[in-house]
Parts: sequence; C-alpha cells; structure tokens
Amino acid sequence: MPAVALPERVSAASDPSGIRLSGWGNYPKVSTELLAPQTQAGARDYLLARSGVVARGAGRAYGDAAIGVQSTISSRGLNRMRSFDAATARLTVEAGVTIADILTAFEPRGFFLKVVPGTKFVTVGGAIAADVHGKNHHRDGGFGTIVESFRLALPGGEIVSCSRSENAALFAATVGGMGLTGVILDATLRLLPIETAWLRQDTRVAGHLDAAIDQLESSASATYSVAWIDCLARGAALGRSLVYLAEHATRRDKEMLGPDLAPFPGPRTQRLSVPERFPGWLLNRASMRAFNELYFRRGAARQGEPRLVHWDPYFFPLDAIADWNRIYGRRGFVQYQCVIPLDRARRVLAEILDRVSRRGDASFLAVLKQLGDGGGPMSFPLRGYTLTMDFPVTDTLFAFLDQLDALVVDARGRLYLAKDARQSRATFESGYPGLAALRDIRRQTGANTRLASHLSARLGI
Amino acid sequence: MTDTKSVLVIGGSSDIGHATALRYAKAGWRVMLAARDVEAAKRNADDIRTRSGVETSVQVLDVLQTGQLAGFVAGLPLLPDTVVCVVGELGDQLRAQTDPELATTIMRTNFEAPSLLLERFAQTFKQRGSGTIVGVSSVAGDRGRASNYYYGASKAGFSQFLSGLRNRLALAGKVRVVTVKPGFVRTRMTAHMKLPAPLTVDPDRVAEDIFRADVTKPRDVIYVARRFWLVMTIICALPESIFKRMRI
Repeated sequence: MPAVALPERVSAASDPSGIRLSGWGNYPKVSTELLAPQTQAGARDYLLARSGVVARGAGRAYGDAAIGVQSTISSRGLNRMRSFDAATARLTVEAGVTIADILTAFEPRGFFLKVVPGTKFVTVGGAIAADVHGKNHHRDGGFGTIVESFRLALPGGEIVSCSRSENAALFAATVGGMGLTGVILDATLRLLPIETAWLRQDTRVAGHLDAAIDQLESSASATYSVAWIDCLARGAALGRSLVYLAEHATRRDKEMLGPDLAPFPGPRTQRLSVPERFPGWLLNRASMRAFNELYFRRGAARQGEPRLVHWDPYFFPLDAIADWNRIYGRRGFVQYQCVIPLDRARRVLAEILDRVSRRGDASFLAVLKQLGDGGGPMSFPLRGYTLTMDFPVTDTLFAFLDQLDALVVDARGRLYLAKDARQSRATFESGYPGLAALRDIRRQTGANTRLASHLSARLGI
Repeated sequence: MTDTKSVLVIGGSSDIGHATALRYAKAGWRVMLAARDVEAAKRNADDIRTRSGVETSVQVLDVLQTGQLAGFVAGLPLLPDTVVCVVGELGDQLRAQTDPELATTIMRTNFEAPSLLLERFAQTFKQRGSGTIVGVSSVAGDRGRASNYYYGASKAGFSQFLSGLRNRLALAGKVRVVTVKPGFVRTRMTAHMKLPAPLTVDPDRVAEDIFRADVTKPRDVIYVARRFWLVMTIICALPESIFKRMRI
C-alpha cells in the first residue's frame, strides 16, 4: 500500500464507460477509459487489447501527457516493492511505487534517492518516463542516471528488460519518452547512502537576474542549487532571487549545527489542505506581491548562516499543502517550464521575465535552475538554465505563452513535456531534435499505432 | 530486538491482509502470510520485507479445506503472538439466490472456515497461555439486507462466533479476541462498487486500527470508520416493519 494516500482526481463523464481525467494542472480535462490493473500481467493484458492507450502514474504530470486518447492504464495497483540489496543499495520496485514510498521506507535506514523532482508524489514509472530532474541536475544528471534497468511491456505483449547494455536504444528512448515506448512494469534503482538525512543549506540574496545567474554559476560545485525568483519584481530588481545551495549534511555537520537532532527523521506529515472551493479572489496581484515580499525578506534574513534543513520541506516544499493545485480554481493552470541554452540564457530569460512581470498574473514564485546535458534523445534537460512558472488559465493566456514560445524557439530552447498542455507542434519539433530516434523505436515496436496520449496526438509524436 | 513478536495473517494475498501485515512489520514484528494464491502472497511478502526489512514468509492454506486446518496450525514454523483472519468473500448475491453452490461457498468462506480455523488457534494459544486472535468481520453482519444477505448472514455468524469465543477465553484469562468491523474499504473486492466517500476507508486505515486494537490500545470490538458505529446503531434500531420496506 502506498504510505501516503493519493487521491485520483476523476469525475464522472456523460460517457458511462469513460471518465473525465486531467493532469495536476486541472487543464485540460478530457474523457478516457481508465483501467486499473492489479498485477503486471494484468497491465500487459490491458495493453494487448487496446490502442490509443498510455500508462498513467500518480497523475502529477501537469498537462495531458498521462491521459490516453482512448484508454489510460493506471499503474497505481503496481505498487509493490520487490527486493533490496543493502550491500549494493539496489532497489527493485514496481512502476506504481512512489518516491514518497521509497523515501518513507529507506530514509530512516540511511538511503536516499540521488535524483528527486520537486514533489515526492510521483511514481517511479512516471519519473522514468519524464526523466525528471532535481536541484542537482547540473552535477548529477536526471532520474535516468539512477536507473539500472527496467522491464517494459510492448504493445505486442512482449515483456523486455532494458538497461544500458540490454536493449540499450529502447532504454534510452524510454527515459524521457513520456510513456510512448511501452508500459513500464518495474525498475531497479541505485539508492544513495547518506550519513544523515539533513541538508546543510546556504542562502544567498541576488538583487536581480544577472546576480542570480552569477551566484548559480559560481557555485556550480554545490550539489544542490536553485533560485526562487520574485517574478513580480520589475525594473532594476527584475529577477531578484533567493539562491539556495545545499549539501547532504555529514555526521560532522550535524554535530556542529544540530547535535540534538535525530540523524534520520522520518517524513513530515501533511497538515494543510486547500479546500475544494478555494476563493479565487484571494489570488490577486496585491496578495501575490505581499507574499513575495514577505518570502523574500524572510529568506534574506537568513543569508550567510548555514543551517540544517529537514529533507522533506527542502526537496518537496509544496507537498506540505495537499491539493495546492486547487488555488488556481476551476479553469486550472498551466506550468510553463522552458530551458534556454547557456549562451543565450541571460538575455532571453531577462526578456521572458520582463514580459511576465509586466503581465503580472504569474505564480508567486518562479524557479530558476541550472541544467546539465540531457540523458537521452527525448530528455528535457540541456546545458543551460530552466525557468518554471505557474499561470492560471485565462482567455488571454495562451496567446501570451505563444509569444514566450517564440523567444524559446529562437534561442534553441525547449519546453518540458511533463508540464506541457498547449505548445504547438512546431515549437515542440524545433526543441526536440532527438524525436526521430523515438519515432524509429516506436515504429520498430509497433507503439506508433497503439500507444497515444493526448500529448502525443497533439504534438504528432 | 531480542524478543521479536510475530503475526500470522490469514488471507495474506488480500489488500487488507497486505496492509495489516505491513503495519505489524513496521513495528518490527515478524510476518507470516497464509493464502491460497501463493504467487500473490509472495508478492506481498516481498513488498513487506523490502519496505520494512523484517523477516517474512508465506504459508500455503486453502481455508475451505477444513480437514487440513489442524495440520496447518500444528505445522507452522512458529506459533504467532497474533493471528489476524481477513478471509472473506462478498460473492454475487443475485447469483447466490439461484446457485446453491455459490451460496455455500460464500457462507463457508465467511463463517465456517474462519471459525474452525480460529478455534484451533484459540486452543493452542490457551495452552501456551497467551495470544491475540483478530477476526475481521463486517458491519454487514449487524443487520440483514436485501443486497447481500448471504454475505451479511455469514458475517453475522462470524461476529457471534468471535463474541462467544472472547467470552469463553476471557474467563480463562490471557488470550484476547478482537472483532473488527470495517465499513466500506477501497479494495479489489469493492472495486466495482460505488462507495459512499464519508463512510469509506483505505486498507491502511483498517490495518492501523487492527494494530491499535491489538497492541497499543486494546479493544474488543472496533468499527473502523467510526461513524459507521452510529449508522449501524440507527439501522439496527429500526423496527423490522419499517426496515423491510427500505432500500439500504
């Protein structure tokens, strides 16, 4: 059983055989048949009998990546761990096991995951399919780097093992392949032994975007680095940020900074939850500006003193608030995450931030991160800087985002498919030159005629 | 831990059985799963071992082979401190009305087999002078309903069996009997049903309450979704002349 209950957000549709399903952004909501196999054999059998189908994990992809055109195979029943070898730190789990499950079981035993995204409520299958990245991508690469192997059910019913030595091309295309090569059944991961589960964090204040990028650049040796940008700040303060640098705290760090703390504190429990009908008027320019100001001052006050931070709020700050996606209301929101190659990053990101701050309805905070080289033909990361922002869906939003897309395309950047709900085919194709490799694999395995998500249909993958 | 306790879960391939065994394992208990579907039980045992690091094993048992129950208890690698029986079969009520074989299977699975098995454990626990028997019954046993009276009646029988067994063992001392009445639980057994959300719980919740009723806060009879106690008290208080005309 998952340690944390993860509600599947579904509602009844007029079509009795289907349901309305959406990603974490609650946009778009579309009809699909939802299947919930309880075993790996069951998952394979569903796959064999269907087309227009894709696997779905915990539903944390923001847009339409994990919704099948006709059918969606949920991996939630594939939630068993299989084996763990403490000597080699290798863990084998079924695809529906979440990162939260793994950390709950293994953090108290002195193991962590070297790559985690910003929420722990994603499944291992989903993390592989999106090749999720963490705050250490510039140093350690994406989720694919900690995957030793996985087993994949192909549309023809065959189950194949994939690793860097076995079916290597299929392995590479599946990491970041958005579930379009087959259904991931289970995976073997390499866990990271840790001395303590605390993070030693340094906070730096950057008064504007250039300073933030300077900070990230000069601290490239830090394991974890990320900048939280106040994207309502304008003029000379455009891009003002708090830059957070962190390392896994050693036993010595803990002795010095927090001798009384338990070395491996378990996960924090969720205490807050956003009500179903969150009053939308609470989210306006004045309240966001006030929040950002407060957040920024609180962070700035901590500049200079390294301190120990609990792993859960450090890696997964938003997970403390259940259903936070509801604050954007019924129409939902889209998360916009682009990456801009190194040489153009400063100029293009400044342009994007300027347009966003003038528009004024972006999220409270934007996240700026340095990325290293990508992991496979379809992995999102490339050497450069990635910027992430939330936008509530409004009538004028998509035209505005199309303008940002033009800047990204012009800079040879790309958008993250796990967050995408609206980019055009042209934007996508110009951003992912490795697409041909995925299409080749899909033709070879017959996936091209059988596996289709709303995302793949929209983008012509 | 030098004094490791152990739990045997009968019905170890089920969702509630899995969650319950995992809850005990997280507290450091050694786990044995007994089930007819060995492959499914093994998958659960692997999961529990991997998550908790505790020793787990699988025992083959078809509870309907009642002639083998005594041998099963005698042949266990060790006599557990607690035995939890989650064996149950909802069955298709409409079909059972015309298919005596199915009706028999429902009644045997929910009442006859668990009762005979737990009686064996009662005797061996009594000889040893310690042990807890947890029987997972159902609120459906509190009053017969049109929609599932084979299931309900056999659970009613099982609840009364547990009550009587508790009564007998209480006078003898040392051995405890716990009756658990989950309301609606999201499991494979109920996957096809539309369940009322306020009265529905996850298997993890059932597991937590079983563990609590056994170990941390001993109780005799527990309703898992607390408000079910109130619901059932009201339903049981309705006069039969009214109840028989209701669709609940």
